[in-house]
Amino acid sequence: MLFQRSFIGTAQGALRVAQPCRGYASAAPTAAFAGHKGSNGKYSVTLIPGDGIGPEISESVKAIYSAAKVPIEWEEVSVTPVLKGGKTVIPDAAINSVKKNTVALKGPLATPIGKGHVSLNLTLRRTFNLFANVRPCASIKGFKTPYDDVNTVLIRENTEGEYSGIEHEIVDGVVQSIKLITWDASERVARYAFHYAQSSGRKRVTAVHKANIMKMSDGMFLSACRQVSKEFPDIAYDEDLLDRVCLQVVQNPAPYSNRVMVMPNLYGDILSDMCAGLIGGLGLTPSGNIGRDASIFEAVHGSAPDIAGKGLANPTALLLSSLMMLRYVNVQNFACNSEVTGCSPYRHMDLNEHAVKIEDATLSTIAEGKTITGDLGGKASTKEYTNAIIAKLTA
Amino acid sequence: MFRNAISAATRPALQQSRTATTLSAGFPRVTQRPPTKYGGVYTVTLIPGDGIGAEITDSVKEIFEHVNAPIEWEQYNVSGVSSAGENLFKQAMESLKRNRVGLKGILFTPISQSGHISWNVAMRQQLDIYASVVMCKSLPGFPTRHSNVDFAIIRENTEGEYSGLEHQSYPGVVESLKVSTRAKAERIVRFAFDFALKNNRKKVTCVHKANIMKLGDGLFLNTFRRIAEDYKSSGIEANDMIIDNTSMQLVAKPQQFDVMVMPNLYGAIISNIGAALVGGPGIVPGCNVGREYALFEPGCRHVASDIMGTNRANPAAMILSATMMLRHLGLDTIANNIASSTFDVINAGKVRTADMGVLKYSTGSATTSEFTSEIIKNL
Repeated sequence: MLFQRSFIGTAQGALRVAQPCRGYASAAPTAAFAGHKGSNGKYSVTLIPGDGIGPEISESVKAIYSAAKVPIEWEEVSVTPVLKGGKTVIPDAAINSVKKNTVALKGPLATPIGKGHVSLNLTLRRTFNLFANVRPCASIKGFKTPYDDVNTVLIRENTEGEYSGIEHEIVDGVVQSIKLITWDASERVARYAFHYAQSSGRKRVTAVHKANIMKMSDGMFLSACRQVSKEFPDIAYDEDLLDRVCLQVVQNPAPYSNRVMVMPNLYGDILSDMCAGLIGGLGLTPSGNIGRDASIFEAVHGSAPDIAGKGLANPTALLLSSLMMLRYVNVQNFACNSEVTGCSPYRHMDLNEHAVKIEDATLSTIAEGKTITGDLGGKASTKEYTNAIIAKLTA
Repeated sequence: MFRNAISAATRPALQQSRTATTLSAGFPRVTQRPPTKYGGVYTVTLIPGDGIGAEITDSVKEIFEHVNAPIEWEQYNVSGVSSAGENLFKQAMESLKRNRVGLKGILFTPISQSGHISWNVAMRQQLDIYASVVMCKSLPGFPTRHSNVDFAIIRENTEGEYSGLEHQSYPGVVESLKVSTRAKAERIVRFAFDFALKNNRKKVTCVHKANIMKLGDGLFLNTFRRIAEDYKSSGIEANDMIIDNTSMQLVAKPQQFDVMVMPNLYGAIISNIGAALVGGPGIVPGCNVGREYALFEPGCRHVASDIMGTNRANPAAMILSATMMLRHLGLDTIANNIASSTFDVINAGKVRTADMGVLKYSTGSATTSEFTSEIIKNL
């Protein structure tokens, strides 16, 4: 028993060393990236603190970054909708900032509930063509759940499918909702998934579908994946039914640690949250939205208005998302610059090192369990938790 | 009668080696029993289905034979692997319409676009068996990662994403229609509340995605809220939850759920998560009920072609589904006998099929036939 547990522990440790993929996002072949160092030697990144607990956890991330001396300069903007021409839109300042920096970090946004109000998240997705959502989930040592062997990566098509928003009531009491699948969007997300697999060291891409029922729509998604897979001969490709994946991930997630799953919008939404549930909820999972015009890294949990302003919130999800962002900037910059300017690749390794350092400090703080926030079963405040991480960083 | 004899005689050697009862010896029954109802024999359509279907329905047949259950099978070996079985499928449908009660394995559905549509879905739509009931319950003697799980999934079975309406409006652009109607939403929600009342359950949870599909799932959610008012006096608690949150809550805190009601596709997802929580598709029974017909099948609809013909499948889901069928026919005593014997065998833990070894516990090594004969021994 004891032996077994310690063995699992070491195996996990080994796994983490071998695959530091939590919070990793590969450079998208179709994504724009303009994040170069400014004259002060820092990368400029847009920060959207968000609502509710958003400002507190953003403060925490900023504090950790300045303590770790990460060369990032935050450009803080608000996306609270403003009235423009009779419609509620995101302020231009925010859009311009994200467009300029092409990389942003975002806290939770409260979606006002009410008819006809398009969610801000959806608006951001459309504005910047955020076509792929990357959701890695890896078990966090020190936070016990029934699952201790989770290490999944899920890539979700982000722009269409069931979330096309095309719906109408044909007659009273009969509604048609349209799931829209296009070849272009399917191919784009498939390409990203293979690209991700290639650069993150996962050797297999699994397309998750329900093509036995939705033969044309999911069928086309599959054909797109199949076609892209031919361009990546070193990555294995297979397909699995949504039902089977749900069943098997929940029964035993371990076999999914060697692959990247790619799927249409709704399935991705459900499965990514389910995987988050396996490791302890949305407070511990990073998320990245890779787009054509920009990429936004975000905490996917809610804005928790009930504990907002009390200093109790857990900043881990936003922090891990920011690490995903660092690695993304690092990879992108390397890809952008090394060919164009031919500069030494070593110059760009620094962001990755920062990411590794901060991640280690965070995970070991959680693993020790002395200063963790209430949602993880501790008593520490956001501030105390942040300081504990900083103490480890500067030690 | 004759059909039974033939199918038994043509069964491959594997099945012939199962000697738990006389059934597998292939003797035709001598008694002539007409398919009457009261005091007589019920005729039930049996569709073993693809994959492991034949093996697990044989288990049911053996057990029924042993307890002398007054059930006469009308068996149709429909297979969805190719479209060739279409005539047989039609015959099976006619038989179901005659008998009104059926026991069924899962039919394979091809993924390719040229393949036939899902016959499982066609059956549910044509017979209008609108309510799928799946019972997810932790079984004593079969520990999994979660304990004390006990909830029922009530799933709309006939519309939604499974409408089968799809078209390519322009090359590379496909629309798939999800059709939601108020009448069907109301029907399934009422079914869920009635189910909760009759089975002494305390809470009904509506699972939806109305924050995104404001009209489609909105209709479902609003209907749920309206119907819930009618049941307020009975003291049943009603709440609703978004599907992504539900699946997250399920794998973290499944004990909070009691009865769940949802549109079609979410049912597929939730029933698989539910099955995984309590130990897999091999032990989760289910049924599909409509006004006219009832069709009983394992709750978690997997063909399991990978272990087909290996005599390794867990027949418990099918056996428990069959006991649900017996209760449906009013044969409660027999149903209870078989069910308690099955639970006893699982609880004793000596005879386990391959899927029943979990985590640190050793994997089961018993075959389907060993498991079946253990149940029969226990009766």
